[in-house]
Amino acid sequence: MLRANNLTCIKQDRTLFENISLSVSESELLYIRGQNGSGKTSLLRILVGLADPIQGQIEYQGQNIRQYPEAFHSGLFYFGHKLGLNLKLNALENLSFWCQLNEISVSQSQLFELLGDLGLVGLEDLPVSALSAGQQRRVALARLWLKTNAKIWVLDEPFTALDVQGIELLREKLISHLDAGGSIIITSHQELDLEYSTKELILAYQI
Amino acid sequence: MINQLKAVFNRDIKLAFRQRAELLQPMMFFMLVISLFPLGVGPGPETLQKIGPGVIWVAAILSSLLGMERLFRDDFQDGSLEQLMLCGAPMPMVALVKVTVHWIASIFPLIVLSPLLALFLNLTVEMYWALLQTLLIGTPLLSLVGAIAVGLTVSLQKGGVLLALLLLPVFVPLLIFATAAVDAAALQLPYSAHLGLIGAMLLLACALAPAAIAYALRVSQN
Amino acid sequence: MWKWLHPYAKSESTYQLCQTLFPWFAIPALLALMIGTIWGLVFAPADYQQGDSFRIIYIHVPSALLSMSTYAAMAIAAFIGLVWQIRTAYMAMMAIAPIGAAITFIALFTGAAWGKPMWGTWWVWDARLTSELVLLFLYLGVISLYKSFDDKLQAGKAAGVMALIGVINLPIIHYSVEWWNTLHQGATISKFDKPSIATEMLWPLLINILGMGLFIGALALKRLQNELLRRELHRPWVLKLLLKESKKSR
Repeated sequence: MLRANNLTCIKQDRTLFENISLSVSESELLYIRGQNGSGKTSLLRILVGLADPIQGQIEYQGQNIRQYPEAFHSGLFYFGHKLGLNLKLNALENLSFWCQLNEISVSQSQLFELLGDLGLVGLEDLPVSALSAGQQRRVALARLWLKTNAKIWVLDEPFTALDVQGIELLREKLISHLDAGGSIIITSHQELDLEYSTKELILAYQI
Repeated sequence: MINQLKAVFNRDIKLAFRQRAELLQPMMFFMLVISLFPLGVGPGPETLQKIGPGVIWVAAILSSLLGMERLFRDDFQDGSLEQLMLCGAPMPMVALVKVTVHWIASIFPLIVLSPLLALFLNLTVEMYWALLQTLLIGTPLLSLVGAIAVGLTVSLQKGGVLLALLLLPVFVPLLIFATAAVDAAALQLPYSAHLGLIGAMLLLACALAPAAIAYALRVSQN
Repeated sequence: MWKWLHPYAKSESTYQLCQTLFPWFAIPALLALMIGTIWGLVFAPADYQQGDSFRIIYIHVPSALLSMSTYAAMAIAAFIGLVWQIRTAYMAMMAIAPIGAAITFIALFTGAAWGKPMWGTWWVWDARLTSELVLLFLYLGVISLYKSFDDKLQAGKAAGVMALIGVINLPIIHYSVEWWNTLHQGATISKFDKPSIATEMLWPLLINILGMGLFIGALALKRLQNELLRRELHRPWVLKLLLKESKKSR
């Protein structure tokens, strides 16, 4: 589904990785591992098209993502270090803005229900800055339930700051996404114990 | 695409109204700078009238610089910008919408305030009328060009002074044409040529700036 | 075309190109500057109005003239970098920028020093002086933007955008300032209009302009080489080069 050829990334004149090629296909999970500073986040940002590699190209369903960004963006879900939540707006406003951006039609009551399912009952009207770190991440992850047409998920440390229930919820969601034929690229410091075909890519720390 | 842009517009307007206090600061700064001048150069009505247009324009440039950083700073820091770039909407248009909202929320109030300042600096009615027109055409230019530099510096921790250093030389022609228009109005001379020049610069900026802002924001994401 | 070339072969060949070009710039530059300056300062006749003080023209005019073209060269490098995404173009841009700033400063300084005996004041808000001053600020803006980034590729792109904004703005600034100046023509100082210059005075000036241009080129080449070495210190080609150099010196 997503294929990358010969990616090279240089940051501050330090080579993070050189000539990396990878691919994920349907119902497949690619687990990217490596030490801190080995370039996991940089790789993910390059894969979703936020950053440009020094060389190499990325194809989504056989089409270069630079040339056909629309198709790629409508099939992509990206969850990065930064949550993408405005701290002055509340959870509902943030989510419905995000849905409008991604052209997802969703009613307020559906959003209420979803937030309830994610254990955020009664917090809908508070500005996001008033929520705890874990709650903020839950709000941001609620998008996984909203963007149902996303085929490929790119998740950067999604389990951080989540409690046990949160981790369980997310794991189930990941599995059901894979069951439905989606693919996932993920970085995590926790062990992933998903019973699923998992590819691993290990980034070595280069000096 | 229209719906996406509308969503960005509504959200930014909403955010601007939630942060009224922050929006008032450049306005107060604008007032303060202008009221410092009579204290500094003396209250002689003729002197004030002579320096008035320049003072108002310099103050407008400085106070718009103060609020300029807000344009993309929060969105960059909390990651909303990443989500905006990945939603498939064309970034130049999104940037244009954001600049428009910023202009409405933080620069338009300065223009509303300007009659009071014209009074402070003893401008005649003709001069004020010319000043108003230059402000209306000139300040969107400030916002558009300023947004490029904001996009370039948004990933830096301390962009404030750097922003001024980058932008002030670029604003020299605008300052010259705008104050010359007001000076011409003071002498009862026609000033439509000056307005035309500012308008031409505005059109040029409208054509080039959105793409440049989008590129600048991309560079900042790297 | 650039895509399939190995990215580091490019910087190595740029380095070699600079190496071969350098003497072609440096030697004529030194000769021209020596001839022009000695001719201008010693042998050219003194001006009947300004006496010997006019001789500053041999530094002032070349630097003033070249400050703008150096900016143009920098902007061209920035444009190449932004459009074709060539890393070395950004390095070339930043190799040129400080030279341009220095040249602009020299032009301003010598202009002020010339203005004192001529106009009786160090500084006048003359159109040429003012646009030169704005030009200096544009240079400094580009340089300080570049210095603010840790990642030098990102810095190059950002500074490149700024350089291009400046180059679109330069003619507008230039004409607006000129026009502003005629508008605000003060009565105190009559503008110094250039009398047609005598041939014996002109030749050393032309030679010096040529020499200064070549000198800027040579400096930019050396700075670009240094930047290439500094940025790619850990690359094999740099190591090989250093080994060769050290063998030679032994």
